[in-house]
Amino acid sequence: MNTIILQIASRYTLPLLLLFSVFILLRGHYLPGGGFVGGLVASIALVLHAFANGIKKTRELVKIHPGFLMPVGLSTSLLSGLFPMILGKPFLTGMWYPHSVPVIGSLGTALFFDIGVYLVVVGATLTIIFSIIEAP
Amino acid sequence: MNSNLIILPIIIPLITAVLQMFLWFRIREQRWIGLVGHSVSLVFALLMLSHVKDGSILTMQAGNWPAPYGIVFVVDAFSALMVLLTSISGIAVGIYSSIAIKSDRAAFGFFPLLQFLLMGLYGSFIAGDIFNLYVWFEVIIIASFVLITLGGEKAQLAGAMKYVTLNLLASVIFLTGIAVLYGVMGTLNLADLAQKIALSDQQHLINTIAVLFLVAFGIKSAVFPMYFWLPDAYHTPPAAISAIFGGLLTKVGVYAFIRIFSLLFINDTFIQDLLVILAVCTMIVGALGAINARNIRIIFSYLIISHIGYMISGLGVFTVAALAGTLFYLIHDIIVKTNVFLISGLLQKIRGSYHIDKMGGLYNSYPILSLLIALAFLSLVGTPPLSGFWPKVLLVKGAYQAGQYWVVGGILTASFLTLWAIVRIWSKAFWTPASDPDKLPGDIFRRLPFLRRAGLISPIVGLLGISLFLGFAWKPIADFCWMIATQLKDPSLYIQTVLQ
Repeated sequence: MNTIILQIASRYTLPLLLLFSVFILLRGHYLPGGGFVGGLVASIALVLHAFANGIKKTRELVKIHPGFLMPVGLSTSLLSGLFPMILGKPFLTGMWYPHSVPVIGSLGTALFFDIGVYLVVVGATLTIIFSIIEAP
Repeated sequence: MNSNLIILPIIIPLITAVLQMFLWFRIREQRWIGLVGHSVSLVFALLMLSHVKDGSILTMQAGNWPAPYGIVFVVDAFSALMVLLTSISGIAVGIYSSIAIKSDRAAFGFFPLLQFLLMGLYGSFIAGDIFNLYVWFEVIIIASFVLITLGGEKAQLAGAMKYVTLNLLASVIFLTGIAVLYGVMGTLNLADLAQKIALSDQQHLINTIAVLFLVAFGIKSAVFPMYFWLPDAYHTPPAAISAIFGGLLTKVGVYAFIRIFSLLFINDTFIQDLLVILAVCTMIVGALGAINARNIRIIFSYLIISHIGYMISGLGVFTVAALAGTLFYLIHDIIVKTNVFLISGLLQKIRGSYHIDKMGGLYNSYPILSLLIALAFLSLVGTPPLSGFWPKVLLVKGAYQAGQYWVVGGILTASFLTLWAIVRIWSKAFWTPASDPDKLPGDIFRRLPFLRRAGLISPIVGLLGISLFLGFAWKPIADFCWMIATQLKDPSLYIQTVLQ
């Protein structure tokens, strides 16, 4: 879509939406949100950019192949689940850093699990949508 | 007893798949990592079985949330046995596929998907929560959707459409059943459900839920009358994929049948009669389909259906002897069905076709290999003293003692028809000389280098060895199945261990 309005708008919405997706990711433990929704919002930002400026520009912007985010995210989540096992607790036990951290609130394995989910969702969604856009 | 050991069958395939995904474009490395992953899974499956073979039960509460509120994983002897069989079948298919799967299919992620499929299978065997079981079913079907269409041939897509539609329908029905069950009982933990259902006075509602589960698992395990998707779908993908499907995917349905209908919906004559009727129909219809088909993989697909009937009949009879027969048959069936599908792939490499009329003269070309294959076929039929015979003895004995003469008749008829189908393959493909030897397409197998040929043969020989072992060492295995059947018949230890 070659409209100048969408192109200008996507220039501003891209950083805003990405920031919003991180916000959603971080508030997701006790409030609505989390890695899955955050990942979807982040992929919407990039898909909107692709619609406005063409898929080639977005590929240049993202630099890495989005599919690569899937194993990275999976291993982040997996490691956050394995970490308590090293300390002799059951798989996926939530372990928390005892002191509060500015911006994030409390830091724990659940956050890393969610970050992993976020990355997998971004990777999978972008791989699917980019392949559909590029299909002949 | 809380133990992290039992989650490893899920974690190892996941780690393997993630490593393979990091090496997305390096197929060679993916093959090796896959083989290492399969071997490690096998070692841990053996270790797990050694912990529970005396009848004890291991549990693990994920996230340290106690049952029945958290998600609990439970391994009893039955689960450990299924995990072991899956890993044996997995390693056989792993070795075979690392040679037989061409790079164009592997480039779309065959090897990671195989690991995800195995992860789903292991997960559903150790799940102690009915919703968790549903989630693992989803993992299995999503991985299998991609595996069955990988390559994108027309026949594959046509078969996959039926497979996808029917399996999604089954998932919807299963999920509906779970939702109603949760609405009535307020819990999803299997042990907790077993306790609450036993005390409940809403028998009519529980029977409705049981029938929903029956339909859902019936579609998944291809029980009459919802079996028609299986022969259409299983003969289309490459042999390695149809081997893992034929060996394991329908057996997950059978596992779910046995687990749910021995733990939750018990002491109900209506459900048991229904299971017996469906089982007898499944045996006969499947076997009739098999004697009518000409494509070797369609014949084996119909035989899968027929033999699912044997296992369900044991569950319908529901005595310890019949259940032991069902379990023994399950062990035999996973090993042998995986093997015959691998064999069909090998025959296709030799003769260039899956059609029995186009094969011909295999015995003259490969006498020793043909005799090995004959042994595998005979254990599929159930000739004494091979592995298919003993479970049928147990099943027939159990059904006869319980007065279920229809089951006895069904098993005998279906066995005879199976023999017919197999003898026809043997006489057409092996004994009859090839009608026109010059017209045979090139023998791909003979031209392969020695190591590759060994890689294709070794899983077949290995599985054959296991099935011979099952036949000759039938006594300890029957005793083991008897122990599991006793445990299934009286689930109080299971309930106590999970809810302690």
